[in-house]
Amino acid sequence: MITLNVNGQPRQVDADPATPLLYVLRDHLELNGAKFGCGVGQCGACTVMVDGEAIFSCITPVSVLRDRQIKTIEGLGTIDNPGPLQRAFIEEQAAQCGYCIAGMIMRAQALLEKNPSASEAEIRETLSPNLCRCGTHMRILRAVGRAARAMQNTSTGNTKGSDP
Amino acid sequence: MIDPVAAASVSRRHFLAGGGALIVSFSLLPRLLCAQENDRNADAEQAKGPLPGSLKDEPMLDSWIRIDADGSVIVFTGKAELGQGIKTAFIQVAAEELSVDFNRINLITADTQRTPNEGYTAGSHSMQDSGTAIMNAAAQVREILVGLAARRFDISADRLTVQNGEVRAEDGRRLGYGELVGGQQLHVRAQASSKLKDPRTHSIVGKPVERVDIPGKVTGGVSYVQDLRLPGMVHARVVRPPSPGARLAMMDTGAADKMPGVLKIIRDGNYIAVIAEREFQAVTAMRALATAASWEERPTLPAQDDIYSLIQRLPSQDTAILDTRTMLGAGTRTMEATYRRPYQMHGSIGPSCAVALFRDGALTVWTHSQGVYPLRKAIAEMLRLPAERVRCVHMEGSGCYGHNAADDAGADAALIANAFPGRPVRVQWMREEEHTSEPYGPAMITKARAALDGDGIVADWQYEVWSNTHSTRPGPAGYLASAQLLQTPFTPPPPTPIPQPEGGGDRNAIPLYKFRNARIVHHFVPSMPLRVSALRSLGAYMNIFSIESFVDELAKAAGADPVEIRLRHMEDPRARDVIRTAAERFGWAAYQPRKGRGRGFAFARYKNLGAYVAVAFEVEVEGESGRVSVARAMAAVDSGQAVNPDGIRNQIEGGILQSLSWSLYESVTFDSMRITSRDWSSYPILRFSAVPERIDVHVIDRPGQPFLGTGEAAQGPTAACLANAVADATGVRIRELPLTSKRVKAAIGV
Repeated sequence: MITLNVNGQPRQVDADPATPLLYVLRDHLELNGAKFGCGVGQCGACTVMVDGEAIFSCITPVSVLRDRQIKTIEGLGTIDNPGPLQRAFIEEQAAQCGYCIAGMIMRAQALLEKNPSASEAEIRETLSPNLCRCGTHMRILRAVGRAARAMQNTSTGNTKGSDP
Repeated sequence: MIDPVAAASVSRRHFLAGGGALIVSFSLLPRLLCAQENDRNADAEQAKGPLPGSLKDEPMLDSWIRIDADGSVIVFTGKAELGQGIKTAFIQVAAEELSVDFNRINLITADTQRTPNEGYTAGSHSMQDSGTAIMNAAAQVREILVGLAARRFDISADRLTVQNGEVRAEDGRRLGYGELVGGQQLHVRAQASSKLKDPRTHSIVGKPVERVDIPGKVTGGVSYVQDLRLPGMVHARVVRPPSPGARLAMMDTGAADKMPGVLKIIRDGNYIAVIAEREFQAVTAMRALATAASWEERPTLPAQDDIYSLIQRLPSQDTAILDTRTMLGAGTRTMEATYRRPYQMHGSIGPSCAVALFRDGALTVWTHSQGVYPLRKAIAEMLRLPAERVRCVHMEGSGCYGHNAADDAGADAALIANAFPGRPVRVQWMREEEHTSEPYGPAMITKARAALDGDGIVADWQYEVWSNTHSTRPGPAGYLASAQLLQTPFTPPPPTPIPQPEGGGDRNAIPLYKFRNARIVHHFVPSMPLRVSALRSLGAYMNIFSIESFVDELAKAAGADPVEIRLRHMEDPRARDVIRTAAERFGWAAYQPRKGRGRGFAFARYKNLGAYVAVAFEVEVEGESGRVSVARAMAAVDSGQAVNPDGIRNQIEGGILQSLSWSLYESVTFDSMRITSRDWSSYPILRFSAVPERIDVHVIDRPGQPFLGTGEAAQGPTAACLANAVADATGVRIRELPLTSKRVKAAIGV
């Protein structure tokens, strides 16, 4: 048994320690957000956050994740009460098939938690490990920009970071 | 949510009939008939004329629309959501014509037990076929409801109005649709003409409605077949042969058999699969089996650098699909050019997946196939089951962009579930399988020849295209990858060309321009060096790339402006509109040339039947590296009546970016034995770092005009526009796709 902290909750998982986090999230914990895309860290569909950093869950074994904070898209909000990035993606209609989107949102979340005033160039650079095949890139960029503004407006202090 | 036990043996007819349904006869429908006589002046011939859209094949209204006693509305479509937003557009159309709230409509998509058979969701046909059927069925159901209300109120139907799911009389009386139908079904044959609403009164069609599927997709909902979890479900993986034609020589299953969670290893000829309790256990066991298996491989693939020559050398069936030449030798200045396009892949981000359950002699397959009915036929043939014992239910997958491995994964789930009855089996392909085993878009070669007269008018136009088939979709079991591997294999039937006017390899080979003398030849090459099938827009991508590149070459020779030479040869007013709109909004006339930059233009009407698209790009070419990037893109599109303008914009933006990816980077690589494009490093695609600064799409709405297929319309114009802009920036014409940095650098000779 391994105890993982997922979206603020301790979760007991009966899995081989070598199992990549992605399979534990999807198969054991029945969380749909993180997606299998390539299994080798080339596409970003599986992106989740660990201790505030975006990681490829398809190549991260659960054995290295004890006592670390795992956050998935399910931890950002719900369909009735979406978080700022989720809301922005709906408002910008930033999906076609949407398979890559949860990974995009998690990588953007990691960026905006560190730098809510990230410039468009920084957003592009940050999202570059994540692939989208439908060509929704422009909308994804707009959605992340919109969420950044929303997060800045609701935050009380921290506005340091580069000029957009 | 999904009842896996819902027996596949229940026929669709039985399902539709429900319990104790009443048949509404025409005697109850004075309003409908009356309306048609009075309002449309429909003569008998017209009433019997062809039904609109897919009503032709499924003429009963309750195949499309059901209203329950509680007033809830269910709309059925045989088409599938592929991420193109079609569910939302269908609900808009139904809500508009029925006058019910958008949120009250429940849409059921492709399911062999529940929905009409509309073949494949392909060819940008969904709005034309299913959207048109739903629109007309909804209008006719509304008129039936008005007729029923007229009887109940004993009032003339023309003194009734419909609003928000109710029929209202002037005196204040009102009846909800649910009360009017009282649970009976509107089992009525559709009429040829419908009393459609005046587009000027539309309240939801033409509006940028938010898509119904996006909230679930951004919050971790069960949005894809990949997310489907059924009670007792197990996981499977397939051990794919390492190369086409490989034969399994030996495999020791001992080690894999003993691995944790492994439930069963299946071997049937060259087909190997493993089932385990947990997904990663299945992956681990599959890897162990792949190591344990030894294969006899032989070189079956052609030399990659000889592929275009080979395609021209192979036997072909040659058809002149257009010949209007009356004046041979017209024109004074003759030009000729040859264009090439390599094998390219669909490259879905999520590898294909399916879930299947075999129980009580019946099989249910949840699949992201584009055609649940054809897949059912193929699976039934493969498993030697009657088709009625197989049910295929569509669930979304990762975007497919044509015939990817969706059907093959469905066949895998069926084969494995058939060998492991009683528990649902989920199988997902690995990245390497998807890359190496999906059917690719075919390599193609075209030759264009034209003569200009002294006024810069094309006096003679000759064009030839060599291509494999663009459809090896099931239907026949032999088209399923795994069915070819079985001990008793199924062999693919000989391919046949998709006829004009839609065409396959010759799709859009006939230019929409008015050229005085034209001859177009399609060389259909049946023999397939690599497995190929439908990739978004089929041959249109290559033919439009060729034609629109060549038109620019002719413009240059004639000293004409690229936009002006297109208008010079174009009569269709809607085509002229998109060309002029894209040019104006791009700022074509006032464009200021800058070193290292260039502008390009291209136009096509998809299939010469669908949406009109014109695009203009500004590109930057780095002389040192040959790297091309698109700075900005402008598009104008006419899709007929725009149901969801934002959906159209999304499709065109996406088409531009996907086609840019194909056209800048993508080419499937192979050696004599194996496909060597195995992942995203050996088959790179567009990343954010190379995305344009901006893309603008202007939608020209045509209220009241037929819907025109849009989903594939940007692919061809984008490729040509890119090449034209690179030619403008560098002075060098590149006629072979993709325009990789290496190719551009070599061409400009730096």
